[in-house]
Amino acid sequence: MSTEVARRPQAADAGRDGGRGRQGARPARARWRARLRRDRSLILMTLPALVLLLIFGYAPMLGLVMAFQDYNVYSGFLHSPWVGVANFQQLFTDPGFWRALTNTVVLFSIQLALFFPVPIALAILFDSMLSRRLRGLIQSVASLPHFFSWVLVITIFEQMLGGAGVLPAFLRQHGITNPVDVMTDPGTFKFLVSAQLIWKETGWSTIVFMAALAAISPTLYEAAAVDGAGRWRRLRHITLPGLKAITILLLILQLGYALTFGFEQMLIQLGAVGNSAGQVLTTFSYEYGIVQGNFSYGAAAGLFLGFTSVILIVAANKVAHLFGQDGLYRR
Amino acid sequence: MTAIPRIAEGSAATGGSVRRRRRRSRGRPVWEEPPTTAGLMAKGGTLCLVLVIILLPIYAIVLTSFSTQGAVNNAGNGLVLWPHGLTLNNYKLIIGGGVVARALVISLAITAVGTAISLAITILAAYGLSRADSFGHKTILWTMLITMFFSGGIIPLFLVVSALGGYDAYWSLILPSAVSVFNIIVMRSFFASAAAEVIESARIDGAGDWTILRRIVLPMSKAVTAVIALFYAVGYWNSWFNIMLFMPADSQKWPLQMVLYTYVTEGSSMAGSGTSNVGQYLGRQQIATVSLQMAVVVLTLVPIVIAYPFAQRHFTKGVLLGAIKG
Repeated sequence: MSTEVARRPQAADAGRDGGRGRQGARPARARWRARLRRDRSLILMTLPALVLLLIFGYAPMLGLVMAFQDYNVYSGFLHSPWVGVANFQQLFTDPGFWRALTNTVVLFSIQLALFFPVPIALAILFDSMLSRRLRGLIQSVASLPHFFSWVLVITIFEQMLGGAGVLPAFLRQHGITNPVDVMTDPGTFKFLVSAQLIWKETGWSTIVFMAALAAISPTLYEAAAVDGAGRWRRLRHITLPGLKAITILLLILQLGYALTFGFEQMLIQLGAVGNSAGQVLTTFSYEYGIVQGNFSYGAAAGLFLGFTSVILIVAANKVAHLFGQDGLYRR
Repeated sequence: MTAIPRIAEGSAATGGSVRRRRRRSRGRPVWEEPPTTAGLMAKGGTLCLVLVIILLPIYAIVLTSFSTQGAVNNAGNGLVLWPHGLTLNNYKLIIGGGVVARALVISLAITAVGTAISLAITILAAYGLSRADSFGHKTILWTMLITMFFSGGIIPLFLVVSALGGYDAYWSLILPSAVSVFNIIVMRSFFASAAAEVIESARIDGAGDWTILRRIVLPMSKAVTAVIALFYAVGYWNSWFNIMLFMPADSQKWPLQMVLYTYVTEGSSMAGSGTSNVGQYLGRQQIATVSLQMAVVVLTLVPIVIAYPFAQRHFTKGVLLGAIKG
């Protein structure tokens, strides 16, 4: 124990020396060679992950050059003819693209407005429960759908609310002859998408808010209560301000993913609800690129999506930094 | 200190039942006013509503999967809400053979193999990046992080995987999504903080990195490993789009989610009729009933519900690690 304590600072020094080389006793090249030899097993360990990311992350990025080509499978990336920005010109004059963009923005806004407050409210409710066991139980049940696949969640919604589902059957029994099939009606689809997200993710999303609530000092509540603040005033002046930081952070991060949200959820239901209501940018890129085999056009839509998303994420983090938060990465 | 007069006040207001009430509501701080009846009812009602909304569909689906055709007909060819005419036949039919049984085995195999591969790669990479002064770790880390912000998108990925012969091959369901940079970061931050002291002293004692990882780091990070393993396993079990992308053609090779999806799309395109072609996937015609379809749904649910309680106590830790360090 004592030897360990005595030796640790030396080792730390040696490490730092190796890292910065401020004494410059050995030539620089020998130093980095020594570091490379010392850390070679660490680098070796990162190789499997690195190789997979190079193949399935970076190679497709290079493949995006096809957005500027008229790609065909036989010529490949190297020999397909270059067409400049023609794909993008076609994209920005395509009514289908603008409809997909509008749908994306509308669906995302409705989803944000309807979904975002629910976990906060539920977390406050959970937090006010005194019985820890009951709270834990209900929280576990509420988080369970987070682990269901989208296919499963939509099946469940279809069986409960769809044409032959439980709710329409119940309505028919009680005199409503022809209830709307919410699973296929374009008008209700906007809200259906949000309802599915609320059902699936609310319980899980409370966890982060619960942690923020637990971090609020009880003495604040006590002092306020002693000063005569009732439970609603304590909620307004202590609880909600305590949640402000995490709420802003999550909200901003959400905005960063505004264009790419809910791809599987939309794609599964696209056939049932139709393109005019359910086509978003991600499914648009998939439909043109894979289903219709117009690779370059789909890739152009994908590149637009990826590029705009990076801008959104960076902008969202800038805003987070303005609010004094760390965001996804630090300043 | 200030709380003492509040107790007196409270006991004066509530009279003789103070002892009982205080014992029952052990957790309530003394300065907090006792809840109103209306408030309690609203709270209880909301919580019951939450439970019903989550559990009722699951209950109805499980019950329907155990129901006879007669019970399903009684319920208007929809989900059964009251137990009536129970049977095991639906499961016997499914387990007996056909596409669903095969899909179940395929899904389990992909989940097991995929989780093992992902976990191994993640642990290695996280440990490899966990030392603050190691050679090249910043470059490697950034190389990984960039893929979180920008991706080439679906179409180039599809072409790359196809060019490597991945179309209709099972590895295309595992390798392209095997690495989650997010999970590497979560694990790395655990190794770099919680385990840092121990790792450092082991290194000073002359242990090599492979020994440290196997003998010291792994045994002390069981909780975080369990959470990450669960995230990966759930991801593989639930993944659907990569099947749609890489092996949509051959229904004999489909995992369970794809079989279920085929049923969903048919169900919605035939809304109201309540029948579907699941019989075709079972290799027998004429037996497609809602209860059989629900048995398929239950099969996709069961592994998750079994794994859930074991990993559940670690969730908060896992989520918060992600939220804070991500």
